[in-house]
Amino acid sequence: MHEIYEPVIGLEVHAQLSTKTKIFCACSTKFGNPPNTNVCPVCLGHPGVLPVLNKKVVEYSIKMGLAVDAKINSHSVFARKNYFYPDLPKGYQISQFELPICENGKIDITSQDGSIKSIGIKRIHMEEDAGKLIHERDNETFIDANRCGVPLIEIVTEPDLRSPKEAYDYLTNLKLILTYLDICDVNMEEGSLRCDANISIRKKGDKKLYTRTEIKNLNSFRNVEKALEFEFNRQIDLIENGEDIVQQTLLWNADLNEATPMRGKEEAHDYRYFPEPDLVPAKISNDRIDEIEKSLPELPSLKFERFIKNYSLSKYDAEILISSIELADYFEKVCKTTNEFKSASNWMISEVLKYLNEHKLDITQFPISPEHLGKLINLIKDGTISGKIGKDVFEFMFNSDEDPEKIVNEKGLLQISDLSELEVMIDSIIAKHPKDAEDYRNGNKKVIGFFVGQVMRETNGKANPQLVNKLLTEKLSRSI
Amino acid sequence: MSVTRNEIEYIAELARLKFSDDELESLTLDMNRILDYMDKLNELDTENVEPLSHPLELENVFREDKIGKSISAEDALKNSFSRSDKYFTVPKVIKVNSK
Repeated sequence: MHEIYEPVIGLEVHAQLSTKTKIFCACSTKFGNPPNTNVCPVCLGHPGVLPVLNKKVVEYSIKMGLAVDAKINSHSVFARKNYFYPDLPKGYQISQFELPICENGKIDITSQDGSIKSIGIKRIHMEEDAGKLIHERDNETFIDANRCGVPLIEIVTEPDLRSPKEAYDYLTNLKLILTYLDICDVNMEEGSLRCDANISIRKKGDKKLYTRTEIKNLNSFRNVEKALEFEFNRQIDLIENGEDIVQQTLLWNADLNEATPMRGKEEAHDYRYFPEPDLVPAKISNDRIDEIEKSLPELPSLKFERFIKNYSLSKYDAEILISSIELADYFEKVCKTTNEFKSASNWMISEVLKYLNEHKLDITQFPISPEHLGKLINLIKDGTISGKIGKDVFEFMFNSDEDPEKIVNEKGLLQISDLSELEVMIDSIIAKHPKDAEDYRNGNKKVIGFFVGQVMRETNGKANPQLVNKLLTEKLSRSI
Repeated sequence: MSVTRNEIEYIAELARLKFSDDELESLTLDMNRILDYMDKLNELDTENVEPLSHPLELENVFREDKIGKSISAEDALKNSFSRSDKYFTVPKVIKVNSK
């Protein structure tokens, strides 16, 4: 991407866990409730209260750790991260510092050359989210504490990413894992998935890095990629012009496509972590970890490999089909009815997904059952109906989800593959258009399209196209 | 081990505390006395002792993920220093960069 410099990128992703209640109190985590209604003395930081750890939060965090091959710390400790900022009423955030719940994992991505590259996961730790600040109004900052104490896991990579594209791919895979595990809503607009990026540059081949900057306010994966490209080029320009890179936090402005230095929260990077005195260490038994491991679904990378192997799919097709567990399940059910895997995949990717996109539905709301789609594919395969009629039947099925065989019979859509019937028809059509037949014999082979069209018109598209082509070629070549 | 007066000032700043010159003097002295005492503990051999993260030898008790009672916004805002509508408010903490 650049001849002299390469970027060295690390990402910190905050994923809100989709538990019903907050991490240390029984308040609801529901998004969008009126301000300051999902609150209690614990999450408001009133004096004399004590946090009690939500069991589900630990379970979900361990799930994530296991899914990325991380080591699970059976002895895990919470820590206070101290800072003064009105988004946390206590004056500190309960987080983890030493002994986070998971360490040393990895997520694989596919490099540009097709090889697999492992991105190291340095740590995954549990923490509480901060409240929401609204700065846009009047001369004050407004505070909604509903989000205070919503459980988060922070997933921190090693600085292993070498391009904005790799960062994008990593995030895509991470999101897929979170979705498969069903532990996060992965909705960036609602803030249930947030990403901060660290980037520095170095000359290719060099070990020495220039000063690092951090970018925040990245509200989509595309913006992460764009912001990193912007910052990569900005840092190169600074170095090339003999200027220094200032260590700072930048805010991405998606409207202007630029990152501007953040002001306000500067000095406070000395968080003075210490073990949280209000919580004793969380002990997790090996039995419990085994139990959680057994509950994991087949992970996306394994499903991807299996789809390619078992259904002879291309990487491209497999990638689309595994983009959600439900879509993958649907596909596999179709493949229980038909052995035409490639064809099933094509129907899924072109027709089914098109329908879902147009109607803004997800696969669980798709009106046609996988069995009926499988049957439809078989009807086309064995020549009962043509591919074109297949599309029509597919459309009938949107409304009724009836057995495609029944639809074909009732609507008289059977493909005409009867040789004598077609021969008679073709003979009469050729007889009606002697001039075009002549054209054909004089070498204008394209005229055959006209004849095919005529046959299809007479049969309402039901004629077997391969057969029609074959017969027309024979007859046009020799008829007088 | 020793801390300087500058470091005491820095720590005070992080904790949003303000001290007079005299107080800073005596705090520096006190802090150094505490650290000297810590040094004495360093004479012990702790090679085979696991670090302690909590003084009580207890393990965590978990809470089930069941929704309990929250309080109303009115009650939540009762003790607020300043408020506006249903929000806590503080003097503006960030400049919004709107060009």
